[in-house]
Amino acid sequence: MQERLQDESYKSGKRVLLNGNQAVAEAVKIAEPDVIAAYPITPQTPVVEKLAEFVAEGVLNSEFVNVESEYSALSVVYGAALTGARVFTATSSHGLAYMYEMCWWVAGSRVPLVMALPTRSIGAPWNIHSDHSDVMILKDVGWIISMAENAQECFDLTLIGFPISEELNIPYSVSYDAFMVSHTAEVVEVRDVELPKRKQAYKILPNSEFALNAVTVNDARHKARKTLMKDLENSRRKIEKIGRCFLGEDFSLAEKYRVEDADYVIVTYGGWSGDFKDVVDEMRDEGVKIGLLKLRFLRPLPEEELKEISGDVLVVDRSALYKFGGMGGEIKRIIPEAKNVIAALGGYEIGYSEIKALVRRFVSGKIGEVEWYP
Amino acid sequence: MKEITWCPGCGNFGILRAFKNTIKRLVEEGHEIGKFVVASGIGCHGKIVDYIELPSFHVIHGRVIPFLTGLKLANPELIAIGFAGDGDQYNEGLDHLIHAAKRNVNITVFIHNNGVFGLTTGQFTATTPKGRVTRTTPKGNPEVPLNPVMLALVSGATFVARGYAGKLNQLEEIMYKAILHEGFSFVDILQPCVSFNNTWSYYNKKVVSLEKPAKSLEEAMKIAASNEIYTGIIYEERRETLEEFLKIK
Repeated sequence: MQERLQDESYKSGKRVLLNGNQAVAEAVKIAEPDVIAAYPITPQTPVVEKLAEFVAEGVLNSEFVNVESEYSALSVVYGAALTGARVFTATSSHGLAYMYEMCWWVAGSRVPLVMALPTRSIGAPWNIHSDHSDVMILKDVGWIISMAENAQECFDLTLIGFPISEELNIPYSVSYDAFMVSHTAEVVEVRDVELPKRKQAYKILPNSEFALNAVTVNDARHKARKTLMKDLENSRRKIEKIGRCFLGEDFSLAEKYRVEDADYVIVTYGGWSGDFKDVVDEMRDEGVKIGLLKLRFLRPLPEEELKEISGDVLVVDRSALYKFGGMGGEIKRIIPEAKNVIAALGGYEIGYSEIKALVRRFVSGKIGEVEWYP
Repeated sequence: MKEITWCPGCGNFGILRAFKNTIKRLVEEGHEIGKFVVASGIGCHGKIVDYIELPSFHVIHGRVIPFLTGLKLANPELIAIGFAGDGDQYNEGLDHLIHAAKRNVNITVFIHNNGVFGLTTGQFTATTPKGRVTRTTPKGNPEVPLNPVMLALVSGATFVARGYAGKLNQLEEIMYKAILHEGFSFVDILQPCVSFNNTWSYYNKKVVSLEKPAKSLEEAMKIAASNEIYTGIIYEERRETLEEFLKIK
């Protein structure tokens, strides 16, 4: 099947059958990081294995380090990145929690790097399945956070992650749902592109007169955090410019799906966006004016698209923060009347018919301010 | 009790059987069944607590030892036993092993050492031999493997043993003595992984039973450093435990 698909001419590049993890690895191959370090964790492990294979086959010229923990993984790539090396790591769930200290450290140091984060529940209890609890702990650290719906977006959002991170000097994460996206094969266009050489705000090289992250007094830490957060808030135009350069003119931080005249708008992100789009199509056929806004980036938040929405809004989250779902609370800052559903944690299976029933309840005004499903 | 989901032929079956027999023996000798508590980490070994009818805890990757340390200090009357894997204890949680050994809390840990991450289907760990091709080391492992027995000895463990999942009588005897030992008991158990690191025939040929424990730490170090794969109780000494120092026992 792969051969047949490859024969079809399609834009540039080739079309191959890849799952989300493999699509990430293919994009990383194009970026050709100097150093890759990672520790295996389900569902991220195949990314690391694929990259190790590329290195062994000689088609990827990267130094590959198998480390003893996630904490070491991010520490190793941080050290490499400070010298000007292009780097990549990947983790998930507890792995992200374990490297959390370093997540802050790389962001505060303004080091460009790319990390793949197939999203998995965080225990306890022990659970290896999908929800977005892990990416939510990264949300307010000071990283750029993209969220792929499918294997193609895994490829695309990983690819542009390198130049975006290097342009803004902010670490970049590409997130995608465990198993549903990470392990599900789809046809992916592997774009035939070259990325620009790495650049970054500063490097530490032999003879550099540079003391990084010394103990700060007075306003230094305050200023560093303020600058990072302001740069992240204002990163939208640069992200869009780079995205459009590599992925086409219609690239944006959020995908508007049949929202133009919509009386009702679902706001969600990640793998199940496709199911929600199908429900939108079916209900449109029935005459309901409904659309969907898919957040392709959680950081920076696509505020412009959210502000444009005129209809009733339902935010569907797959994680729980205090009182609201992962994005529901902050979207209510922009759309105070928005309803919020926290659904399907820990891989709880929610199929098309359940999603449709949920949307119907929303359209008939039966969903409260915040609801759990189930 | 859950259905056992380890691969047929897994070394974990031997470890489970030896442990169940050990508990049976201890109970027959008068130890109260309600005093035993078990914990496990992340990996194939971690399922073992689901297959044992004792109060059990699944713990985060690498953290069996600090968890049991807290449990034991708060409940010194309990017999606290941990199971961990090589990826679990020698990669992610290695620091805890060193500190527990020097701290000498009266707990026991059994390490299911199969030299590979089995649950994530075959990546290199701290005990994978140098040069071994795994899914994350397609050009061969560039690192020398850790020597867990040596590490436990230099860290100050007061009971150090190596068992083999294919030598059940000896393993039972080791487990029995490890649990009864007053202080930190460390048992590295050679565990073939039939799917990703099948070492049954290798260990069946290579493993040599140690007749008696070393008389000194120096002798124990020589045994640990030897090219022979000795199994048995390698070193034992009685030293004040943390509970005794804190007078909570």
